[in-house]
Amino acid sequence: MNYRAWLCGAVSACALGFAAHAETITIATVNNGDMIRMQKLTDDFTKDHPDIQLEWVTLEENVLRQRVTTDIATKGGQYDVMTIGNYEVPIWGKQGWLMALDDLPAGYDRADLLPAIAGGLSVEGKLYAVPFYGESAMLMYRTDLAEKAGIKMSDQPTWTDIKAAAKAMTDKDNEVYGICLRGKAGWGENMAFLTAMSNSYGARWFDMDWKPQFDSPEWKATLTDYLDMMKTYGPPGASSNGFNENLALFQQGKCGMWIDATVAASFVTNAKDSTVADSVGFAQFPNKDGVDNHGNWLWSWNLAIPASTKKADAAKAFVAWATSRHYTELVAASEGWAASPPGTRTSLYENPEYQKAAPFAKMTLDAINSVDTKKPSVQEVPYTGGQFVSIPEFQGIGTAVGQLFSAALAGNMSADQALQAAQALTSREMTKAGYIK
Amino acid sequence: MARASSNRRKTVVTVLAWAIGLLIFFPILWTVLTSFKTEAEAVASPPSFINFHWTLENYAEVQSRSDYFRHFLNSVVISLGSTVLGLIIAIPAAWSMAFVPAKRTKDILMWMLSTKMLPPVGVLIPIYLIFRDIGLLDSLLGLIIVLMLINLPIIIWMLFTYFREIPGEILEAARMDGAGLKAELLYVLTPMAVPGIASTLLLNIILAWNEAFWTLNLTAAKAAPLTAFIASYSSPEGLFYAKLSAASTMAIAPILILGWFSQKQLVRGLTFGAVK
Repeated sequence: MNYRAWLCGAVSACALGFAAHAETITIATVNNGDMIRMQKLTDDFTKDHPDIQLEWVTLEENVLRQRVTTDIATKGGQYDVMTIGNYEVPIWGKQGWLMALDDLPAGYDRADLLPAIAGGLSVEGKLYAVPFYGESAMLMYRTDLAEKAGIKMSDQPTWTDIKAAAKAMTDKDNEVYGICLRGKAGWGENMAFLTAMSNSYGARWFDMDWKPQFDSPEWKATLTDYLDMMKTYGPPGASSNGFNENLALFQQGKCGMWIDATVAASFVTNAKDSTVADSVGFAQFPNKDGVDNHGNWLWSWNLAIPASTKKADAAKAFVAWATSRHYTELVAASEGWAASPPGTRTSLYENPEYQKAAPFAKMTLDAINSVDTKKPSVQEVPYTGGQFVSIPEFQGIGTAVGQLFSAALAGNMSADQALQAAQALTSREMTKAGYIK
Repeated sequence: MARASSNRRKTVVTVLAWAIGLLIFFPILWTVLTSFKTEAEAVASPPSFINFHWTLENYAEVQSRSDYFRHFLNSVVISLGSTVLGLIIAIPAAWSMAFVPAKRTKDILMWMLSTKMLPPVGVLIPIYLIFRDIGLLDSLLGLIIVLMLINLPIIIWMLFTYFREIPGEILEAARMDGAGLKAELLYVLTPMAVPGIASTLLLNIILAWNEAFWTLNLTAAKAAPLTAFIASYSSPEGLFYAKLSAASTMAIAPILILGWFSQKQLVRGLTFGAVK
C-alpha cells in the first residue's frame, strides 16, 4: 500500500514537472466551420508536439478583429497565433507587427500555396501569414429554375445575362426572387459585394491621386444596376440581408441566383441543411459587357504570429501544421474530402478525390486564379485589394459608404444622392487622413 | 356597480400586464425553442413554434466544443467578486453621503453618475495599457476591479437612497450608547438596510453577469466568462443560430433562475423610494 502511494506520488510529480515545462500557446480564431473542425483535430498536433499545449479563443469575426487589433497595436501579448484576414496582413506586416514566416519547416511546401492567395499575404516578397482557407466570389444559381425559364447559364455570364435571368426566374407569388445580393451595411458586407461589382463595371475607388471616384459614370452604372435589380427582382427587406440571411433564403429555395463568397457553395450543396442541394449550378462572378474583370474578390483567413510573442517556435510549429498538406489529408480522412479547407493549396484542386467530392472545386479555383489584387480595376489604382482597399482607413470609410448604399436600397435616398454623399464623405476622410494634399 | 367597474378595470390591467410580460419574455422563449431545433429548422420560413423535430444535438455540440463550466465559474467569480468588493466600498461612502452630507455631496453624486455616460470604448486603450503593464490582462482580479468600478456609481446611488430612509435618530441613539463608527455601520445601519443591500447585491450581480464589453476585451483564454462563451457561437459566415441559441440558453439560465427566485426583492429594491 505504502509502495503504491509512493509510486502514485512519483508519477504525479513527474506529470507536474512535465506540465511545468510544456509551453502553452494561445490561439485567437474566428468562429466558422473550418476553424471549429481544426480545434477538434488538434490531438494530431499535440501527439507530435507533447511539449506544446493549445488554448483557444474563438470569437465572432467582428469581435475577433477588435480584440486582436487592440492587442497587437498595444503589444498586449495575449495571443501567440492570430487568425486574421488578407485585409489586415499587408497593413500589419508593413507596421512590423507580424513575424515574417519565411523559415517554415522544409516539408511545408510553400510553392504549393495558390499564388493569388500567397501574393495577398506578402509584403516586399516576405510572407507574413499562412492561409488557412481562401475564397473568391461566384454565381450560384438554381439549375431547375433556369431550366424551367429556358435559360442556359454561361460559365462566364455578363451582368446583362444576370438581369435577364433574374427577370425570368422571379415568381413573387411563390416567394421566389430572381436574385439575392448583400444589402446589409458594412465594409465586409454590402461593400465587399459592391466593390467587387464596381470592379467588374470598370470602376475604381480612387484615382492615382487618391481622389474618390464615386462621381464617375462607372460607379453610377454599378449602383443604378444593383438597385434596379434588387428592387425589381430581389427579396423584400434586402437592405438587411448579409451573407447569412441570403444563405438562409437560398437554402429554402427562395433565390434564383446568389452571388457571394465561394465558401457558400459547400453550404448550399449540403443536403442536410439545403432544400435545393441537388439543383445548384455555379458560374464565374459576372462582368459588364466589354470589361475584362470578374470582380477580383479575394478573401482568406490566415494564421499569423505577432512579432511580440515570446513563444515563436511553438507558434510557428502550430501554424505550419494547421496549414500543411498533411492537415488537408487529415480532414479528408476524418470527415471526407469535401470538408477540406478550400482555396489555399494547388495540390487539393489537382486531387481527383477532392474534385469528385466537391462539384464546385473547379469554379472555385477558376474564381481564385482569375483574381489580381494588385490590379483590382481595369483602370490604374494606387492601392491593392479586391473587394476592399488595403488601407487602414477603409474599415471606417467603407462602412459609412455602405450605410449610404444600404439606405438607397431601402428607398431612403436615390442612387445619385447616395453617390454624391459617398463622394463628399470619402473626400473629407481622405483629406483628413493626409492622402489628398 | 362601482365594484363591477373596478373588477373590469382589474381584468383589463391584468390582461395588459400579462400581454406586456409575454411580449418582453418572448425573445427569451424563442431563443430557448430555437436551441432545440436543427440549424435548417432554425432559419425556416415560416418558422414553426413547437411543431418541429426536437433535438438536444445543439447542447451536445456546445458542450463538446467549449468548456461551459470554466466559463460559468469565471462568471460567478467575476460577478460575485465585483459586487462584494463594490459593497465594501459603497456602504461607507453611501453612509457618509446620507448621514454626514457635505456642501458638495449632491455634486459628487451627480459626478459619479456622469461617469456612466462615458462610452466604455473611450477608455479602452488606456485601461488595456495599464492592465498590460501590471499584468492584469486575462485575469479574474482585473475584471473584478473593472466591473466593480463600472458599477460603483449605481451601488452607491442605490444604497444612498436606502440609507436616506433610515431615521438619523436611531444612529444618534446608538452613538449615545457608545457605539463607534465601525459598530454603528456593522451592527446598526447594515442590519436595518439588509433589504436594500440585498437588492443592490442582486442587481449588480445581474449587471456584472451580463457585462459584455470589458469581459470580451480584457480576457483571452483563462478569465473568459459566459459572455465570451456566447460570442464564440456567433458567425457572420455560416448559419449556427441553433447552436448560438443553445449557448445563450446555457449562459442565461443561471441568472434567469436567480432573478426568478429573487424577483420580489429586486422589484422592491428598484421601486424603493419611487413613490412618496
